Amino acid sequence: MDTDLLRIQDLSVRFFTYQGVVRALEGVWLSVRRGEILGLVGETGCGKSVLARSILRLIADPPGKISGGRILFKGRDLLALPMKEMRRIRGNDISMIFQEPMTSLNPVFTVGNQMEEVVRLHQKVSRKAARRICVEMLTQVRMPDAEAVLRKYPHELSGGMRQRVMIALELSCRPDLLIADEPTTALDVTVQAQVLHILSDLTRARETSVLFITHDLGVVAHLCDRVAVMYAGKIVETAPVEALFQSPRHPYTRGLLAAVPSLDEDREFLASIPGVVPGLIDPPGGCRFHPRCDGAGEPCRRMEPAGVEVGEDHWVFCHGIR
Amino acid sequence: MPSSTPRSGIDPMEWWRRFQEEHAWQLREFVFTLGLLRRNPSAVAGSCIIAAMVFLALAAPWIAPHDPIRISLSERLSSPSWHHLFGTDELGRDIFSRVLFGARISLRIGLLVVGIAGGLGTVLGAVAGYVGGKLDDAIMRCLDIVLSFPSLVLAMALAAALGPSLRNAIMAVAFVMIPKFARLVRGEALAVREKPFIAAAKVSGAGHGWIILHHVIPNCLSSVIVLGTLVVGETILIASSLSFIGLGAQPPTPEWGAMISVGRKFLMDQWWYATFPGCFILVTVIGFNIFGDALRDVLDPRIRR
Repeated sequence: MDTDLLRIQDLSVRFFTYQGVVRALEGVWLSVRRGEILGLVGETGCGKSVLARSILRLIADPPGKISGGRILFKGRDLLALPMKEMRRIRGNDISMIFQEPMTSLNPVFTVGNQMEEVVRLHQKVSRKAARRICVEMLTQVRMPDAEAVLRKYPHELSGGMRQRVMIALELSCRPDLLIADEPTTALDVTVQAQVLHILSDLTRARETSVLFITHDLGVVAHLCDRVAVMYAGKIVETAPVEALFQSPRHPYTRGLLAAVPSLDEDREFLASIPGVVPGLIDPPGGCRFHPRCDGAGEPCRRMEPAGVEVGEDHWVFCHGIR
Repeated sequence: MPSSTPRSGIDPMEWWRRFQEEHAWQLREFVFTLGLLRRNPSAVAGSCIIAAMVFLALAAPWIAPHDPIRISLSERLSSPSWHHLFGTDELGRDIFSRVLFGARISLRIGLLVVGIAGGLGTVLGAVAGYVGGKLDDAIMRCLDIVLSFPSLVLAMALAAALGPSLRNAIMAVAFVMIPKFARLVRGEALAVREKPFIAAAKVSGAGHGWIILHHVIPNCLSSVIVLGTLVVGETILIASSLSFIGLGAQPPTPEWGAMISVGRKFLMDQWWYATFPGCFILVTVIGFNIFGDALRDVLDPRIRR
């Protein structure tokens, strides 16, 4: 009971567009435990970012609408909180790092200027003290010559440096939960590894929970404790990392893992899952994966699969599991 | 390449060195922009005119040969001479001195109006663009109503309703100018609010007011400065027009428009009376307009060079 920091129950999010109602999330159940790093994987457009944004209530309304469910954070329903309370939670209790390090900083102010402002937003400290805190924060993300970086403008920093500034900034108020929405996608591989190390070291040391959103299964394997796999606006499988990689049970998860190329084998073509991701305006009935599933039977077309616990902490939503 | 160390050690003042260090990039950009402005002929011409006008206005009490409101009936309507450079008016007042003091009034009107309208317009536009939805509609439709009148006509009506005085004329013109700023800033705010750094600020727990003040408005400021420069010229023109029809500055205030208004009656025989104030309006407005145009070219990184 108390091990869950964040519990998402039956969350549905819809977007009302001219083409129709997009059911971006439909009945999502997910929990993040204290101190763990939970990976959330899935294809582009499956609703990962929407899920992350709904936790902080950043869905633009209109056109978006959180149409059902609850998001319990330390037992309080975030969706029922007044906006003022929500603002107190943002930054203090829950923080988020975005995918675009290029534009996450305001181009017209120096890095130091912006960091100080955010520090002073949460703590009543003088400008000088805020400066010291900023230097400390940057040192923690292993930024060489933090003083000089504070005097620079965002465009003078590299992508990796900017993302480290963002990590420092978002962790500055010691949140309990950090949502990282593909924080390394825009970075090249070596910088990516560096940033991921810093992120995991810092959060592990502070026992900060992380909801790590990515489509890179390699990153998940290295970084996360648990993984949730999403497909077309639904969670299809959650499991501890080892269990997921060793014995994936959902056909979609298996397909994903099979698609990861390996250095040992000599393949002409990369493996892929046949078919395409369904549009979320009129998703297939029953199990949303059934049109692309090899083992789809009659119940898959008619009924939504219920969760089955197939191993310790390992849940699968599939009719094929008995 | 960025270097945050001061270039030379000859500067004695410690704070200046620190300032240079803190704002190295800003200073580089500033010097660079100045360089671009210097190579832009209309910017040079415009800034020279503005500088000359500002100098004349500031130094008017010292360089004016006569008291601008001292009546000397024996010298009435005398033509330009070395004693009265621009001649005298129907009460024998020195027109050159009056024109110099008029520069103070016109420039003050220009700055006040741009300050008031620019401030209010920027805030309204930023709020409308950032918040969006019904509030945006409400603000912008109200401003559209203002914009649907010719600005001179509306300013005239307002000034007439408020009663003829310089202060009321300033308020009327400022009111008419608000939508110009608001529309510009709203457009920019619409673009800025989608930027990830706004989402990042929200995630850090920032409120809407804080975001508008710290992120939206600073990002719109360069366009506001350009528009402000152009509006100074337009304001001087409208304010003079109001004074011309008797709704602005009241006699004996040496306001350019008011002087032309009286001088018009004497235009056939005493050409100098209306001509010199008219020339000053013309030159000042042209100065602000070409400087504003040049500033836009230079400050917009997409079309500079």
